[in-house]
Amino acid sequence: MPVTDYHQEMAFFVDMQRCIGCHACEMACAECETNGQESMIHVNYVNRAESVQTTVQVCMHCEDPACANVCPADAIHKDEFGVVHSANTSRCIGCSNCVLACPFGVPKKMEEAELMMKCNMCYDRTSAGKKPMCATVCPSQALFYGTREEIERMRPDSVPVNSFKFGKEEVNTKVSIMMPKGTHQLIVG
Amino acid sequence: MAKLPVATDQLIKKFGPHKAYTPQSGFYGAHEPDRLVKTHCCYCGMQCGIQLKVKDNKVTGFEPWMEFPFNEGRLCPKGVQRYLQNNHPDRLLGPIQRVEGKGFEPVSWEHAMSKTVSEIRRIQEKYGNDAFAMLSGVSITNEKSYMIGKFARVALKTANLDYNGRLCMVSAGGGNKKAFGLDRSSNSWADLAHAEVIIVAGANISETFPTLTHYIWQARDNGAKLIVVDPRVIPLARTADLHLPVRPGGDSALFGAMLKILADNDWLDHNFINNYTSGFEETIAAVKDYTLDWAEEQTGIPGEKIMEAATLWGKAKTSFLLHARGIEHHTKGVDNVLSCINLVLATGRIGKPYCGYGTITGQGNGQGGREHGHKCDQLPGNRDITNPEHRKYIAEVWGIDEKDMPGKGLTAYEQIEAIHRGEIKGLISICFNPLVSLPNNNFVREALEKLEFYICIDSFLSETARHADIVMAGSLHEEEEGTVTTAEGRVVKINEAVTPPGMARRDGEILMELAEKLGAGDKFSYASSEDIFNELRIASRGGTADYYGITYKKIVDNMGVFWPCPSPDHPGTPRLWEDRKFKTPDGKAHFNPVPYRPASEVTDKEYPVVLTTGRVVSQYLSGTSTRRIGKLVDQYPEPLLEIHPKLAFRYGIKDRDLVRVETRRGEAEFPAQVVETIREDTVFIPYHWGGKHSANQLTIGSLDPVSKIPEFKVCACRLIPMGYKALDVITKTAYQSGL
Repeated sequence: MPVTDYHQEMAFFVDMQRCIGCHACEMACAECETNGQESMIHVNYVNRAESVQTTVQVCMHCEDPACANVCPADAIHKDEFGVVHSANTSRCIGCSNCVLACPFGVPKKMEEAELMMKCNMCYDRTSAGKKPMCATVCPSQALFYGTREEIERMRPDSVPVNSFKFGKEEVNTKVSIMMPKGTHQLIVG
Repeated sequence: MAKLPVATDQLIKKFGPHKAYTPQSGFYGAHEPDRLVKTHCCYCGMQCGIQLKVKDNKVTGFEPWMEFPFNEGRLCPKGVQRYLQNNHPDRLLGPIQRVEGKGFEPVSWEHAMSKTVSEIRRIQEKYGNDAFAMLSGVSITNEKSYMIGKFARVALKTANLDYNGRLCMVSAGGGNKKAFGLDRSSNSWADLAHAEVIIVAGANISETFPTLTHYIWQARDNGAKLIVVDPRVIPLARTADLHLPVRPGGDSALFGAMLKILADNDWLDHNFINNYTSGFEETIAAVKDYTLDWAEEQTGIPGEKIMEAATLWGKAKTSFLLHARGIEHHTKGVDNVLSCINLVLATGRIGKPYCGYGTITGQGNGQGGREHGHKCDQLPGNRDITNPEHRKYIAEVWGIDEKDMPGKGLTAYEQIEAIHRGEIKGLISICFNPLVSLPNNNFVREALEKLEFYICIDSFLSETARHADIVMAGSLHEEEEGTVTTAEGRVVKINEAVTPPGMARRDGEILMELAEKLGAGDKFSYASSEDIFNELRIASRGGTADYYGITYKKIVDNMGVFWPCPSPDHPGTPRLWEDRKFKTPDGKAHFNPVPYRPASEVTDKEYPVVLTTGRVVSQYLSGTSTRRIGKLVDQYPEPLLEIHPKLAFRYGIKDRDLVRVETRRGEAEFPAQVVETIREDTVFIPYHWGGKHSANQLTIGSLDPVSKIPEFKVCACRLIPMGYKALDVITKTAYQSGL
């Protein structure tokens, strides 16, 4: 019986400024046996005509996950470590409520399977004391998995932010994004 | 006969490239592998550590190798997908022979060997030994590189051996030998961490060496200023402190002007210059007229930006200068390298912590493969084949009479020219796909078609192998034990994960049997790869690239050993020149004057646009392996013509419009990618594809006079919009290199 060894002090940080758009994270994510060669992380150009800048979107693992709240089948749940799990396949009815509700646009409906799929923070790896696959391979470390102290020490020019404002709605997340020093919240609009 | 036996599409149907994907539920056994084999990625010079999952003698996946110090588990998309080259449907499973009108048919090893040996003998008896040439590559181990050097001289007895590093590292090697008397990056990457200023010149690090990016970002976290010299806003340049968008061909003008600024402002280390260098006065004299205005005109970079770069570099206490093919693929490749080294020497920032300089070697074993006799002018230990003492020493190690050792032969592109002229009649190649990777490849194809006999050792039927008379199925990276030397000079261990499939054989065994059949079996009786390495250690002993103190055990125990390592108790040398004893004849580091000169082909009324070439992150070199891996192909399916919106507007070109690009050598059509991230006077095409999608139909075969590297990075072209959008059906099949 494998023992759960989830390190609660470990956290996930995303720094878009470091992303080089190589797609290693997507390819590594797809390797996970539960993902069936589909990636749960997505890299996109912001506007290739003007810039090589890319963004990378991973599940932010909200404190109060909209995806779980709107699920009529109670298929999505947040565990004691704050990880929001992909829909339970025996419950998911493929209604797409979660897809529409997520402010970050994370859950995707796999049309063939009529199921919602999203990142579960590589639970098989993180619960065994390893890093998630995407943050392990990321060659620029735009995706970093470690403690808050580590990243604050290593990257003194930026600060982790895990609070977002969408209109009047505030969303706090387990995953942080790296912002210029002095930032406390990302106001999306 | 080196013409295609049947139409290309028939060959593609049977031998690919076909795209391989991992099954949705993974390969059988991937989740419960028999074992994990610690080895390295098969692609670039970073040689990232990786663990391959093996089930039933098949590679079924990978697991990050967290402990290997360079990459600590980090990988690029090619590294993540590299395991798919194994167990691939296109894999050659035994020797095949060309049959006119039919294609290739399987033959026995006995037949392949005897046919090859009889053709070698026939050609050499009729035209002389040097009429049979050998071309090799450096995606293979040190052991094989060493053995190939010996095989060509001792078994094949030809002077004409050269390798694909001639398209890659030779300008850096030529410059480093002139300046330092030794050809290796001067520092390990660890010295990047606290460099105050980093110049990256002509090195698209984030796409060609993605795992090195982390080191650059770490340095910036520590306060480093980053200067990127590149005609395009490459991913590394997007956030750089200073991006110098040099016009292709202008590099040495930029560095010359910067050197003048250093001298004018006395940002010089006089103690270092006076005591440990030579040639300073002549070198400064050569740049005395290189004013900012002049440099702006030559480089297309605003003068104030050049001033800013020189000021940052001049005032820094620590620094690291990195360059790669972007400044090396020129008819003045060696000059460009020397002009960079001059900036390093003027400030004396070398041989000290966080003070570094180096080329970023491109190929997996680009470093080790260029040290042990793989080049037309070289013997093991980076010795010189024209030096009587060097010849004598190696002849003794090999057990031959020095008089029987051939002399200096032709370089890679010169070999192709000699084939075209009819002087070379037979060719054996391994690990080289010149029909995709050499410039002006319509000329290369014409040459190949003139060969009387061509035998190729490869794991896949590459575009070049399609022209062979015999193809011997060799081994992949993970199918043969050995060592490689990474771009930072670290010798690492490649472990055999699986044995070659079917009737395919290890490259080393193929070469040994050929040597035996050519009558030199007693010189090639190795029981193991370690046996070959132990002979290499002795052969390299006392040379500049001295491996004598390195053993397989020492490599494994230390996760790599940096050469030079002259004795068993020596720890290896991550940072060169701490003792200030350079390997030049006078023991000093040499400044070299670099008078600026233009590229071999400049733009004119007829061909008004600069064409430059390079790579993308999802492909590796000529794509023999990576154009067979589905997700890597899908990420960037076909070569695009990067063009600035202002230039595009002048021609009425919109995004995805098909554009015919013409040069004096050829023409080809590419979909336009209209982007602001390139100079207005320059277009860019990546080169990984063959056939009608090959950028190298357009490039020029002009060579650097010292290094003989072709000028891939500059030529003149003209653009003709076809008036319609590129077709998706063409995009989808570009990876196959159809004609």
